[in-house]
Amino acid sequence: MAVALILVLVVLGSILFHILSPWWWTPIASNWGYIDDTLIITFWITGAVFSAVILFMAYCVYRFRHKEGAKAAYQPESKRLEWWLTIVTAVGVAAMLAPGLYVWSQFVTVPDDATEVEVVGQQWQWNYRLPGEDGKLGKSDNRLVTFENPLGIDPEDPAGQDDIVIEAGDLHLPIDKPVKMLLRSIDVLHDFYVPEFRAKMDMVPGMVTYFWFTPTRTGTFEVLCAELCGTGHGYMRGIVAVETEEDYLAWLEGQSTFAELSAPQKLGAAEEAEP
Amino acid sequence: MVDATPRAERDIPPAEVPELELYHPKSWWTTYVFSQDAKVIAIQYSGTAVAIGLVALVLSWLMRLQLGFPGTFDFITPEAYYQFITMHGMIMVIYLLTALFLGGFGNYLIPLMVGARDMVFPYVNMLSFWIYLLAVLVLAASFFAPGGPTGAGWTLYPPQAILGGTPGGQDWGIILMLVSLILFIIGFTMGGLNYAVTVIQGRTRGMTLMRMPLTVWGIFTATVMALLAFPALFVACVMMLFDRVLGTSFFMPALVEMGEQLSYGGGSPILFQHLFWFFGHPEVYIVALPAFGIVSDLISTHARKNIFGYRMMVWAIVIIGALSFIVWAHHMYVSGMHPWFGFFFATTTLIIAVPTAIKVYNWVLTLWRGDIHLTVPMLFALAFIVTFVNGGLTGLFLGNVVVDVPLSDTMFVVAHFHMVMGVAPIMVIFGAIYHWYPKITGRMLEDWMGQFHFWVTFVGSYAIFFPMHYVGLVGVPRRYPEIGEAAFMTAPVDNLNAFISVAALIVGFAQMVFLFNLVWSLRFGKEAGPNPWRATSLEWQTPTTPPPHGNWGDERPVVYRWAYDYSVPGAPEDFIPQNDPWPEKVAARPA
Amino acid sequence: MSVILVFLAVVIGFSFWWLFHQKVMEKPWLEHGVHTALPETDVSGMPTAKVALAVFLAVVGSLFALFASAYFMRMDYSDWQAPPLPRILWVNTAILILASVALSCAVRAAREQRRKMTRLALVTAGLATVVFLAGQVTAWRDLAAGGHYLDMNPANGFFYLMTGVHGLHILGGLVALGRTTVKAWDDNVAAEQLRLGVELCAAYWHFLLLVWLGVFVLLAGWAGDLLALCRQILT
Ligand code: HEM
Ligand SMILES: [Cu+2]
Ligand SMILES: [Cu+2]
Repeated sequence: MAVALILVLVVLGSILFHILSPWWWTPIASNWGYIDDTLIITFWITGAVFSAVILFMAYCVYRFRHKEGAKAAYQPESKRLEWWLTIVTAVGVAAMLAPGLYVWSQFVTVPDDATEVEVVGQQWQWNYRLPGEDGKLGKSDNRLVTFENPLGIDPEDPAGQDDIVIEAGDLHLPIDKPVKMLLRSIDVLHDFYVPEFRAKMDMVPGMVTYFWFTPTRTGTFEVLCAELCGTGHGYMRGIVAVETEEDYLAWLEGQSTFAELSAPQKLGAAEEAEP
Repeated sequence: MVDATPRAERDIPPAEVPELELYHPKSWWTTYVFSQDAKVIAIQYSGTAVAIGLVALVLSWLMRLQLGFPGTFDFITPEAYYQFITMHGMIMVIYLLTALFLGGFGNYLIPLMVGARDMVFPYVNMLSFWIYLLAVLVLAASFFAPGGPTGAGWTLYPPQAILGGTPGGQDWGIILMLVSLILFIIGFTMGGLNYAVTVIQGRTRGMTLMRMPLTVWGIFTATVMALLAFPALFVACVMMLFDRVLGTSFFMPALVEMGEQLSYGGGSPILFQHLFWFFGHPEVYIVALPAFGIVSDLISTHARKNIFGYRMMVWAIVIIGALSFIVWAHHMYVSGMHPWFGFFFATTTLIIAVPTAIKVYNWVLTLWRGDIHLTVPMLFALAFIVTFVNGGLTGLFLGNVVVDVPLSDTMFVVAHFHMVMGVAPIMVIFGAIYHWYPKITGRMLEDWMGQFHFWVTFVGSYAIFFPMHYVGLVGVPRRYPEIGEAAFMTAPVDNLNAFISVAALIVGFAQMVFLFNLVWSLRFGKEAGPNPWRATSLEWQTPTTPPPHGNWGDERPVVYRWAYDYSVPGAPEDFIPQNDPWPEKVAARPA
Repeated sequence: MSVILVFLAVVIGFSFWWLFHQKVMEKPWLEHGVHTALPETDVSGMPTAKVALAVFLAVVGSLFALFASAYFMRMDYSDWQAPPLPRILWVNTAILILASVALSCAVRAAREQRRKMTRLALVTAGLATVVFLAGQVTAWRDLAAGGHYLDMNPANGFFYLMTGVHGLHILGGLVALGRTTVKAWDDNVAAEQLRLGVELCAAYWHFLLLVWLGVFVLLAGWAGDLLALCRQILT
């Protein structure tokens, strides 16, 4: 009796907690509303299954609990029932998988007009690089990383000279423009994660990974690292600001290019070389 | 190869050992310490696993203290926190659950349930335990090594695992961890060969595969999977050890650490992840399948009803075992591997949900029109269903590639895997201990302590891990020693975290009642008799309780039926033991 | 991960085949009684040690299949530079084949209960195997002398690692072979028992020979070439 009651309470409590508690995902700020929709579908289906199974169990416990002289039924199996349950389950699973795969195919297909933005992770800060006027990012390699060239941009590559380098600063993005985030790391695994954008992807040294999204809401959002990267992992935070086109361009004005950043040092090096 | 053995001789089950005096050990040492009796080895395995598991439990308290009340405990630095989660996770998964289910329950139950006198290679079986003990000691030693244990997370992902930015990465921590894992795998392989081959070769007369209790099916399938999957962890560990100690670059790309170019180059961290999860996913089922098997027997026995759809249950176990080798990359959806793999692995992962769901249906259908005795083992079995269904369903979120993207690496994942492979199997372990303790010791565990233990553990664990999903939904990443208040939160999570921590401490202390019960009942428990639950399977039919070395006295039992003849119409009692020839009369045995 | 998947497909296929011969489709609750209670098929007539060896070899096979998988996956990165193949490996291969052949002879002899011949064959196999191991060490030294150290390139790393792990398995086998050889000299040991021991050793050696051939093909770079060819054909 008490057992059945508590099982019912577990189901009710879970549902009530789900509905009433203030803890929920943060309002979305990107085009990935479909992901939220798939999540909702999944919640409905799984919630129904959970309630059905546990309530059924509670009923059994209540109805068939041991009574003096009672005897259990004898039924080794029921082909029909098992087949039906299999089919219903398969349909339910397909109902979650189909939208999931559909949205995933969008997630992995980057639109042609997406601008590239590079994120470079390092223990324990975020760096960014934007293509300059030529719209192209120059080559890079972890072997080229030095104190003066923290992102390892290839100085020989002309495409890299006008790249805008933001070391440990904030990233700004124009609203409603699709961006392809190119993700790189110069030391260990990191993961670029902004809860409002829904998307995330690991950054792997030696590789360039990516995801794409379109920011749909202005504001400043927190970047968190979502892949264990050592002691500072929990404190590896950053800021992404989504702005209107004008604000964005104004911000862009104030940034320096790779050439500008490396020029004074080259000068310094030349001076030093003089006796 | 032609077998020259004459036919008549072959009818004698091969595992029957003619010299019974083998089972009369000579000294105290060979009886209790260097014992080759699977039952003693089982106790040794279990004792060691529980001992190191307690360490993991204490670590979880410390972690929860930090998460619930950040900043209150000065000694829990981020370094310490990462060391705690790593050791906690690794101990729980490998050294506690795997060792307990296979080394503990496998050793105790397989020979008894299939009617064997012992494992087929008792000496190798003994070695297996001692190597396991060594592995545990090496692991424990890392707590005292300079630099402390590794803090790389239980996944040990390179490059971070072997670099200075991670606790233990450039000290002894990671080396000891890898060595301990390698030892564990070697030890396990020795034991695993025994478990598998005993099931294949050691069954007594009449014990066909389809007459075996599901417990044996679960442990057997899990063992075979473990034998095939652990080599992947072995390869990963050896290669990482080479990278760390000998400077190879299997997994290490060119990288700059703290402004300094390291001499590594060209390697692939993703390669490690593939190897790790090729082991890691089957590992989930290595823990789950024995639990599936055991819980089926608990439900059937205490509901006095045959397990519903036995054949389907067997097939499901085997199919889940096979399928679980082609889903590993669902742990790597956001790892940077080629995105097209997502389609394949999401599909295989969700397909596995179908046989798993069938198992759940059959458990609850077994309750239908049963005669349910709400004993403590049964309560734990019910709790298993609740937590397993809950955790299994959240698995559908994480397996469905695009839904995983926002959730992966958040506390949602932590909540999910604790529910499904932490709480659920542990419920089964508790149920199993309450169930078989009378056979092992001859006495019942004290019931009121059991009830108390059950309610606190079940309600408490649910209170810990159900709300934790919502911490993840809010967006809090896992492996963060503190999150504070952040703009993205729809509501601050610190109260919720504090609540979870308090629940964790309460659940933790309830386990002390359980441990006390184990010891107390040894002396003061009710006498159990040979078959207190009136169960059918062979282990309850031993001539002596607790069963001695050799299990069966002079003659091994002969099996006449499957393991689930409960409430058979027309039978004199509501259960018929497997070695009972009813309705035929017992033929007079030749003296 | 293709190699391990193919390997596993074979193992799992075999397991399913075996299961289907174990009445897994039957309804066990219908079979009461003595007649069906004592079916002949409940346990195979194979000696337990052979079954155990088969299971163990599946584990070893899985181990090496995983090494091979890792090898192929790592090979695709640009820094891969295979070391020259030490010539002596050809000789070693021949010697290992010799050991396997000798063990086959030993099995024949043991079945025909010719003790002397069995002893001779066992000792030959043992010696050949020791020479093989010495040869492998020489191969390492040749490589090192040529400046191809372990940590210079992942290909070198795999070379030392895979030959090393293979060598360790051979070394373990030598212990078993040694014990069997001792048995062959002990007249108290029954012919049956000796035969079983010899057969087990032979199976183990044949399997490790097979593994070695696989490793050899891999290290010689032919496997990579083959793979490249396949890819070219496919695209
Ligand atoms: C009352 C019991 C338990 C509590 C309170 C608990 C608590 C925790 C906490 C707080 C974390 C760290 C979360 C984070 O910051 O990422 C964690 C991680 C983990 N736990 Fe538990 N845990 C418990 C039992 C178990 C059990 C039974 C298992 C066995 C499967 C387990 C396996 C793990 C694993 C694998 C990790 C991940 C470690 C990592 O991130 O590297 N835990 N647990
Ligand atoms: Cu991080
Ligand atoms: Cu998995």
